[in-house]
Amino acid sequence: MDILIYGTINSIALALMALGFALVYGISRVPNFAHGALYVITGFITWTLLRTLGLNYLLSIILAIIAIGVVGALIYQFVLIRVRGMATSEIIASYAIGLAILEGLRWGGFKGTTYTLPVFIEGSINIGDIPVDLHRILVVGIGVAIITFLWLFTHYTRVGLALRGMAQDERAALMLGIDSDIMAVVAMALGAMLAGLAGIVLLPLGNIVVEKGYDVLIQAIAVCIVGGLGSWMGAVMAAFLIGFAQILTTVYLGTHFQMVVALLAIILTLIIRPSGLFGQQKELEERV
Amino acid sequence: MSIEDRRKERLDRGIKVRTDGLYALMSWRELSYLTLPRLVLIFGILILPLVMPSMYWQRVISIVCIYALLAISFDLLAHFVGLVSLGGAFFIGVGGYLAAILNTSFGLPPLLTIPISTLAGATICTVLLLPCLPLRGVYFAIVSLMYPLFLARVIEALDILGGTDGIMGIESFPNRWVEQYFIIAMVLLFLFGVRRLVNQDIGLVFRAVKDNDQAVRASGMSITFYKAMAVFIASAMGCLSGACLVHLYMWSGISLFALDFSILPIAATVIGGGGTLVGPVLGCFILVPISELLRAFGTLRIVFYCLILVAFIVFRSEGIMVYGQRKYHQFERWVKV
Repeated sequence: MDILIYGTINSIALALMALGFALVYGISRVPNFAHGALYVITGFITWTLLRTLGLNYLLSIILAIIAIGVVGALIYQFVLIRVRGMATSEIIASYAIGLAILEGLRWGGFKGTTYTLPVFIEGSINIGDIPVDLHRILVVGIGVAIITFLWLFTHYTRVGLALRGMAQDERAALMLGIDSDIMAVVAMALGAMLAGLAGIVLLPLGNIVVEKGYDVLIQAIAVCIVGGLGSWMGAVMAAFLIGFAQILTTVYLGTHFQMVVALLAIILTLIIRPSGLFGQQKELEERV
Repeated sequence: MSIEDRRKERLDRGIKVRTDGLYALMSWRELSYLTLPRLVLIFGILILPLVMPSMYWQRVISIVCIYALLAISFDLLAHFVGLVSLGGAFFIGVGGYLAAILNTSFGLPPLLTIPISTLAGATICTVLLLPCLPLRGVYFAIVSLMYPLFLARVIEALDILGGTDGIMGIESFPNRWVEQYFIIAMVLLFLFGVRRLVNQDIGLVFRAVKDNDQAVRASGMSITFYKAMAVFIASAMGCLSGACLVHLYMWSGISLFALDFSILPIAATVIGGGGTLVGPVLGCFILVPISELLRAFGTLRIVFYCLILVAFIVFRSEGIMVYGQRKYHQFERWVKV
């Protein structure tokens, strides 16, 4: 029973972490390796607004998410757009930006265990006979809400439809008057905001530490690759797969193995079926 | 926008054209045109340890050379075979741990452990990477990035090979001159060896694998075989540098799998100029000392070289060496259109 509950919570958390990465890759084919850094820095921005400037919690969350969206758009507009289409340069450039952000934060003194965000709701309830704190329940709720929102957004709004059009066929989208550069900027901003939102929702469960940036990046990549790069629903499915696998290994083998599961999932998926479980197979693009 | 009424024309210098063939042997001027850059490089590197002011900087030169080996291996894989490997740390880690085990458990001296761990490590790396070789572009890059992280986590989780403490008490080189010149000799050997290699027939096949692998397959050659061979050569270089590093630090631990070893050689290759093989070495000689000078700033130096890297990728993606070669071999002039 506790495996079921905590597995679900972990899976939703993973899905939250991965959605931003999946969105950016799905639309502009840019693997955003700065994802983990965006996740962590949002936590620190919120912390600064909340503790140093003494703003309202909700207000600082909103400001932080807007700020991170702008940062994402700027990263795309000034750096990534120039190397678009060169997969390696994209990876190296975005990874370098992420590394610069994370190590810059570390240098700026944001390290140690002093940085925590308050949970949204205190207290815990019992499901069956297992105590679950309310914040984790809220994580599940927010996660489901965001996934639903994304689905509705990409199916019923103009911008969302344009984004999906770009993801499916960029040239056709261009012919229909969709500016692919602007859309890619929008996608990157949206991806960054999703990363930030995930950070704000999940970081209250622990300390805000720089090292989390790397872990989040790996887990997001794991989920996206197992689900199929560029496939959003695949990412959600894969999040459940990896989420439960992680909880099972944690229960039966120990907490050290949690990351091993994610890494092993990446390596095995890439070797056996590079397009992931739910991606479209494009044999010639990914294998010789 | 004004209409451009002139363009830059680039022409090869006469002396470059003359030295392409046998005529190079005709005069001292042309001979020196050909050999001078190489001699400057060789003697420059050989003299470096002698002119360094302190032990500390001599140690830095050794580290530079270790990174240079890694950077050459990255350049070979990325620009000649088309396998972008973000996992330089994987080679370093495998070579380093092998050397450490051979030295502490079997008591072999460094001059034996280094060649053994180079060859055995290269074999292990090639076998482990073999299933990923058919992957292309971003997929191979991601999987190679994950390998060192995976091994590090496995060592941590299973608490084998010294766990998080690492293996201590590894013998160092007999003396520091042997240490310095051994590594320098290896860099020069591999630099010129790989240059020779990529100009042979096999180098042609490597480049064909990069440019159009279906054509290679259509010619009846196994792509995987050639890729595996390239990975073997590259990982031999990586394992060699890992083994040297372990004997240098007299310690081997999880930090061998750290991202530094993956990212710095790439940065060096980007800055020095990919596909030139000399460029990455040059890049290391620029980047590593800078990062040592900035040591006082702590992790700010990582920020610093990440920003250099991004700037180079975005604005000067050809790199210093390609630029330098162009200036050396060609002259430019504006012509009216």
